[in-house]
Formats: sequence, structure tokens, C-alpha cells
Amino acid sequence: MKKIILSLALALGVVAGAQASGGDTIAWDKAPNKTNDLGALQNGAKIFVNHCLNCHSAAFMRYNRLKDIGLTEQQIKDNLLFTTEKVGDTMKANIDPKQAKEWFGATPPDLTVIARSRAGHGGTGADYLYTYMRTFYRDETKATGWNNLVFPNVGMPHVLWELQGVRRPIYDTHEEHGHQVQTFKGWEQVTPGKMTALEYDQAMGDLVGYLQWMAEPAQNTRVRIGVWVLLFLVCFMFIAWRLNASFWKDIK
Amino acid sequence: MAEFKEISPDASAGEKLLNWVDNRFPASKLYKEHLSEYYAPKNFNFFYFFGSLALLVLVIQIVTGIFLVMHYKPDANLAFGSVEYIMRDVPWGWLIRYMHSTGASAFFIVVYMHMYRGLIYGSYRKPRELVWVFGCAIFLCLMAEAFMGYLLPWGQMSYWGAQVIVNLFAAVPFVGPDLALLIRGDYVVGDATLNRFFSFHVIAVPLVLLGLVVAHIIALHEVGSNNPDGVEIKGPNAPKDANGHPLDGIPFHPYYTVHDILGVSGFLLVFSAVIFFAPEFGGYFLEYNNFIPADPLKTPLHIAPVWYFTPFYSMLRAITSEMMYVLIACVLAGAFFGATRASLHKLVKGGIVGAAVVVSLLMLSIDAKFWGVVVMGGAVVILFFLPWLDNCAVKSIRYRPDWHKYMYGVFVVNFIVLAYLGVQPPSAIGERVSQVGTLFYFGFFLLMPIWSRVGATKPVPDRVTFTPH
Repeated sequence: MKKIILSLALALGVVAGAQASGGDTIAWDKAPNKTNDLGALQNGAKIFVNHCLNCHSAAFMRYNRLKDIGLTEQQIKDNLLFTTEKVGDTMKANIDPKQAKEWFGATPPDLTVIARSRAGHGGTGADYLYTYMRTFYRDETKATGWNNLVFPNVGMPHVLWELQGVRRPIYDTHEEHGHQVQTFKGWEQVTPGKMTALEYDQAMGDLVGYLQWMAEPAQNTRVRIGVWVLLFLVCFMFIAWRLNASFWKDIK
Repeated sequence: MAEFKEISPDASAGEKLLNWVDNRFPASKLYKEHLSEYYAPKNFNFFYFFGSLALLVLVIQIVTGIFLVMHYKPDANLAFGSVEYIMRDVPWGWLIRYMHSTGASAFFIVVYMHMYRGLIYGSYRKPRELVWVFGCAIFLCLMAEAFMGYLLPWGQMSYWGAQVIVNLFAAVPFVGPDLALLIRGDYVVGDATLNRFFSFHVIAVPLVLLGLVVAHIIALHEVGSNNPDGVEIKGPNAPKDANGHPLDGIPFHPYYTVHDILGVSGFLLVFSAVIFFAPEFGGYFLEYNNFIPADPLKTPLHIAPVWYFTPFYSMLRAITSEMMYVLIACVLAGAFFGATRASLHKLVKGGIVGAAVVVSLLMLSIDAKFWGVVVMGGAVVILFFLPWLDNCAVKSIRYRPDWHKYMYGVFVVNFIVLAYLGVQPPSAIGERVSQVGTLFYFGFFLLMPIWSRVGATKPVPDRVTFTPH
């Protein structure tokens, strides 16, 4: 019995430890929650349509759903649509997926629910995407010339490099148990971008907020309704409790 | 046939209508037998909510399922998209879908609690063996239903989970590969698999499930409900009133209907909290990987079944080729134990030893993977035999020897540990723990005929223990 408990405790400890160390990539940064900030969501939608949609689709997302984040149909038509598309269409990539596969080695994934699928032990899907969009760096050994800290050997180039500028990670090398270990220390700005680091982080926060919203457009409605449902159920429970008591008082 | 009843012409229209129906269909009779004059023990506790809750969840699943099928497309190219269509474009589709996905997990929580109640209060003991057996069949159907339903969203976990489980059948000697082919309808999980799983999920299994639920309730109402004291309230010696109704029983309606409404309100509170505030439930009810469309060319790093299957999945993973030697030792020890029992005939003893040797040889020659499948299936099948394994003099845990309580406690902890390990990626220590856990799980049942006799039971009262509310 003691052995069982001991091995059990050991097992839990080891598993917990393995999770804490979490693989070979860096820890994810916490993404700001902007799913209720319409201005941020609209800015995120603009970045998304202008940059991401060139290669990625959001095949389950209709343009006119953007009305939920405060845009009018006319605004969507004027600013976000190309001439051939209709406002009720879903968001399709501009490039042919087959060509994309030839160019990047993999078909760029659909982004409709990307923020839900990337969640894991490191944090939410939004945290992952927020970190991912901010940790591209110059790597001449790669075909695209770019690499990424949370997604090593990623096929996607740094599409927003003009905004962020070119950066290189700085590593601190030290010895641990006889091995050379590199730990990530920070960034070195090689060339400046059009945005400051702060502006870029803010833009990425908006973009990730949009991706998070797009992954489940009903999420804020869901929470809003949920509050009323729970309030109703609390009242219902009170009535059920009193009803039950009034019947059961006869049972001796 | 019942006698044709005339009703006075002065009776109200409602009474006339009921009389008309009753002469043709036993409406009042059924109502009395199963509700207003079904006497249930008055000492039901918290655990007795879960039977009616299981029925509620079944109804939720069927009704939401009907609406989902209106928009879902069982086609490998369209399935994933149609689920997103339900989540986005169908009015209230997200709510229906979350009710169904949360309902699946809720079903297992409720059913596990319901089974645990039966286990600790001896609700499977004579004369309720068939109630238990039908219940176990329902559990088996539920597992089939959940497994096939999980393929339908056609995400990565759906796909690879089905791939892994169907491949298990390929480990069956001789017929395995053909059997797996028959299940999949293709060489890999594909459109044919999706279509047949859809068919089974929406019609075949639910039909069987509903039939079994009816049988479960008919059998229960025939023998009467057990209670936390394990006292027979309707037995020949049980105290009864002038009308022959048990003194410790109360009509199901209205007493337990209002009681169950209270239970329903509590359940819905928790259920709704999950649906509206945490429908993914941290990746346990809706796995993150399942938001990636199924890709036959990309195997996920870590494939884990949904949480409710993980105790059984752990037992499957516990059966390694090393573990086979332990199992063979168990089989031989069991045979030795049987052969040394004085009460058995020589031929029977010879048969036991012979069978053990044959089984041991098979265990050595057939791949451990197959025996893993046998163990996983056996872990469910063994539940069916519980009524004939328990030899304790009393039914309820309340009057069993104290050490039995610890035994049940360890059983529950063991089950939860196995469930936890099934979620985790394989590890050396996890494997050892799950092997010990598997041995304990089977030992608990297989040795029950012996251990359940050991220890002094406490006196069972004549009447149920009940304090008025």
C-alpha cells in the first residue's frame, strides 16, 4: 500500500515536472484580451484582411459577420472587399493553395479557428499567436530567410517585417551539468521598422484579438446570455427547493 | 383483457376521454404503476439524483442531436466545415452544439456517479441482477455512442483517435485485419468510416440504448428500488400499512418528482455554467487539436481519448510484453488456487489446470497488443458479473466491515489515477503505476468472492434510517 502511494506520488511529481519544463521553445507571452474592444477588433480585422488573407483563408468566416464588431455593410464593402467578392462570401486566400504549398513547403493553414486550436499547456491559443507574431527573426540558413522562436523552422516568412523591422535573438550561453545551454535573453533590433516596438505589440494584440474573436464570434454573446441563464437557474433552484420542502414536510 | 368500464353520463369531458382511452390503452394503469403508486424508499440520498439526471441528459442529447443533424454533413470534405457552419451561421447553433458536446461529458459523469451508487449500496444484489446487467449494457452502448460521435466533427483528434482504436481490432488473431477493414470500410479511416459511424451514432445505437433504458426501468420497477441501507422495503417481512403499501416507501410522484426537480435545477446550474463559460473545459470536453481539420498525413504528437475513456485506455496501455508475464503468473496462480480446492471434482480440477496452460501458451504466443484489447474490453465486461461476485452478507456499504470502505475508497482513487494517466503522454513511471492499477482493478472484482466474505458485518436495521426534513 505504502509503495503504491509512493509510486503514485512519484508519478504525479514526474509528470508535473515534465510539463513545467515544457519542451524546447520559449514560454508564451500573455496576450491582451481585446475581444470586447471594438476599435481593436476593427484594426485587427484590417491587418488580417490586408496581410494574412493573401496566403491564408478563413473559409468559415463570412465578411458580413464583421457587422458584429461594429462595421457597416458599406464599410466592409468599401474597405475590406476586392471587386469580385460579395459581402456574404467567406474569406478566401488570394493565392492558390497548390502554389502556396510549392512556395512554402506546406499549405498555409486556415485561420478561422486557429486561436482555438493552438491552445495548450503554454497558455491560450491567443497567447501562442501573440508570441508567434512577435518572435520572428532573421535566419539566413532558412529558405525564406526567417525563423521563429515558438515555431522553429516555420515555413512562413515574417510578413510584417516592414512594420517590426529586422531583429535577432540574444542568447546567454552557460554551462549546466556539463552541457552548453543557451537561454533566450532578449532581442537586438538590427534595422528599425515602421512601427516602434510598443506600436507593433499593440498592433499584434489587435490582430490576435481579432483572431480570437473570429474563432468563436458568439463568445461574448454566450457569456452575456450565460449570466442571465445562471441567474434564472438560481431562482428556479430556490423555488424547487421550497417546493420540495413543502411536499416532504409530510414524510415522517 | 381488462374489463370494459362504463362511465356515468354526468362525468366531465376529461373523465370521459380518460375512460375512453383506458378502455383501449392502459394509460391510468401505467401512470399508477410507474409514478403515483410506485413506492420508492424514503431514505434516498444525494447519489439517487443521478438516475433521473441520466434520463434528462439522454433527452438533451437526443433533442440537440436531432437539431444538429439538420445542419451537419457526414462527408469527409464537408463535415468539419458543417460543424463550423453550425457554430457561426445557424441561429443558436453554437448553443445546440455546446449542449451536445458538454452533454456527452455530462452523460459520463452522471452515469459514473450512478454506477458508483449501485456499487456501494449493493443495488446489483438479488433480486436486482438484471437491473444491473441492463445498466451495464447501457454503459457499453454509451461508450460506443460516444466513440462514434467523436469522429463526426472530423478534427485531428476525431480522426486519429478513431484510427488508433479501430487499429486495435486489427490485433485480433486471424480475423483482425479483416475485422478492422470491416469497421472502417476502407484501409484507413475515411469517408466510408465517417458515414457508417454517423449512421450508427444517430440511429442504430440510440435505438438499442432507448430499448435498454426501458428494460432497465421496467426491471427496476418490477423489483423495486434499493436504498442506502440496503433494506428491502417491499419484502414479505417488511412493515406495511393497511393497504399493503410499504411503511418505508413513498409514492414516486409527487415526492420524488419534486425531489428530482431540485436535483435537475442543481445539475442545470453546473451544466449551464460549463456551456456558457467554459464549453471547452480546458481542452477536456472539446480538445484543442480537434479544431484542426482531420489530416490523414499528419499524426498528432500525442493522441489521447476524451477523458471518460481514459481509465480503460490506461489499462490498454498497461499491457506491455513485460506485463504479460505478470498476467500469466496470475492465470497460473488462479489455476493453482482452483486445483487445490477440496470441494471440486478431479475432472473439473484437471479442466482448470488444462485451460490455464492453454491460456498461458496463447498469452505467450499472441502479441501483447491483442491482450491489451482483451483487458480493456474485460474491464467493462467484468462489471456485468458483479452480482455474482459479491458474497458479502449485507448489501450496503453502511453495514459492511470497515475495511471494505477502504477497499472501495482505493478502488475509486485507482480509477481516477488510471483516468489521469490515460490523459498523459506515456512515461516509464506512468506505465508502472497503470500496471499496478490494472492489477488492482481486476483483483478487486476477480477476488471479490473471497474478500467480500472477510470481516464482521454490522447488524442491518429492520427499517430504513430516515430523519424527516
